[in-house]
Amino acid sequence: MNNISKIETKALDLFYGHFQALKNIHVSIPPQKITAFIGPSGCGKSTLLRAYNRMNDLIKGVKVTGEVLLDGKNIYSSKMKLISLRKRVGMVFQRPNPFPISTYENVAFGPRIHGITNREQLDNIVETSLKATGMWKDVKDKLQISALALAPEQQQRLCISRLLAVEPEVLLMDEPCSALDPIATAKIEELILELKKCLTVVIVTHNMQQAARVSDYSAFMLLGDLVEFGETKEVFTNPKDKRTQDYITGRFG
Amino acid sequence: MERHFDEDLKALKELVLRMGSLAEDMIQKAVKALIERNDALTKEVFQLEDEVNHLHVEVDDQCLKLIALHQPMAADLRFITAAMKINSDLERIADHAVNASQTCHYHLFKETPVPQISFVTKMAEISQKMLKESLDAFSKKDVNLAKSVPEQDEEENRLKKQALNDLIELIQKDPSHAKQFVDLILLSKNMERIGDHAVNIAEDVIFMVMGKDIRHRF
Repeated sequence: MNNISKIETKALDLFYGHFQALKNIHVSIPPQKITAFIGPSGCGKSTLLRAYNRMNDLIKGVKVTGEVLLDGKNIYSSKMKLISLRKRVGMVFQRPNPFPISTYENVAFGPRIHGITNREQLDNIVETSLKATGMWKDVKDKLQISALALAPEQQQRLCISRLLAVEPEVLLMDEPCSALDPIATAKIEELILELKKCLTVVIVTHNMQQAARVSDYSAFMLLGDLVEFGETKEVFTNPKDKRTQDYITGRFG
Repeated sequence: MERHFDEDLKALKELVLRMGSLAEDMIQKAVKALIERNDALTKEVFQLEDEVNHLHVEVDDQCLKLIALHQPMAADLRFITAAMKINSDLERIADHAVNASQTCHYHLFKETPVPQISFVTKMAEISQKMLKESLDAFSKKDVNLAKSVPEQDEEENRLKKQALNDLIELIQKDPSHAKQFVDLILLSKNMERIGDHAVNIAEDVIFMVMGKDIRHRF
């Protein structure tokens, strides 16, 4: 399945000290599709998501074994440069986290770090990235105003624009709509569906309807195990494992 | 964990089974009316149709409500969609019982009796068995029982073909009873269609339990 995976996870174990948060995970994330990780709190879905751009490395006492292959290359190998990995694999968080600087500078931040200084080039990147998330027309006349003045949904769009500015290949989204109202959620979901035309998206969500609406593939996790992975349509209409069935029908307890 | 939603699903199942038992009752009365040449029974069939029609609307209404308010998934979703489809089949079955009774009431009973009603009663026996088993399979989520229903349809189809051939021959030989024989052809069609709807119900039960669509053998 390697040739059709954007991210291949092989025998991945992850420990926080003595606690094993991920147990022998094998899963292939297909390219240019939306894959949703679902499961109850503490099941390991966010940990697995963070394993895909090594965000867990920042946590003290973390031990990872097994492999995560991005286009066939192990991201945990010593040859993998973290900055280049995080440029290729971006992450959007639960709460929008724009930098306390202008909208323009938020989007230009990444490209500047990666060495782009030409103003015209930066202008183009900012415009393209903000257009891609559908917020250009709303903010084009107030690019210099602080990003913190934007509404929450716009802030989340801005965070996505900020990632798009460095042209990532994979977008990891950790509960990207949980701090948003239903209308803003619907708009972000539309955006996610647009983004899959050029990106691979992995989304962690507690909202099963959201997983059902936006994702192509779903993975159900429980207590660090990946219980079931399959096409979303199958997982939500005819799950193979009783634990998946119990979870998605709200029988868990 | 027992959910409040399970109570709603149970109530829906009871509505569908209530409708099923009415449909069974209607066929039984229609066939008995034919055998006993009892016009009072045909009127009872007409009266029962009203109740089935009310249930038809009520079941769909309940299903829509459950889908809209609970966003059911997996087995719950399959159960509700099966209930909606079975609902339509039961309503059509009741219509066939009514059509059969209309044929008796408005035409057949006005003519001299003919012994060839056995063509229809044989078929009715099989249809009734198929319907009973498909409803039992629905009630008990019994896949094996559901699987046995489509197998009986072959015999039903064979009888239908034979009835048609024999009745056409009889019309040619004895045109004086042509009206009765045409009525019997119509009745045999009603019985065959009831069997077909029972097959649909059985297939929906298999999908409901296993998530496997076996319709049209795809």
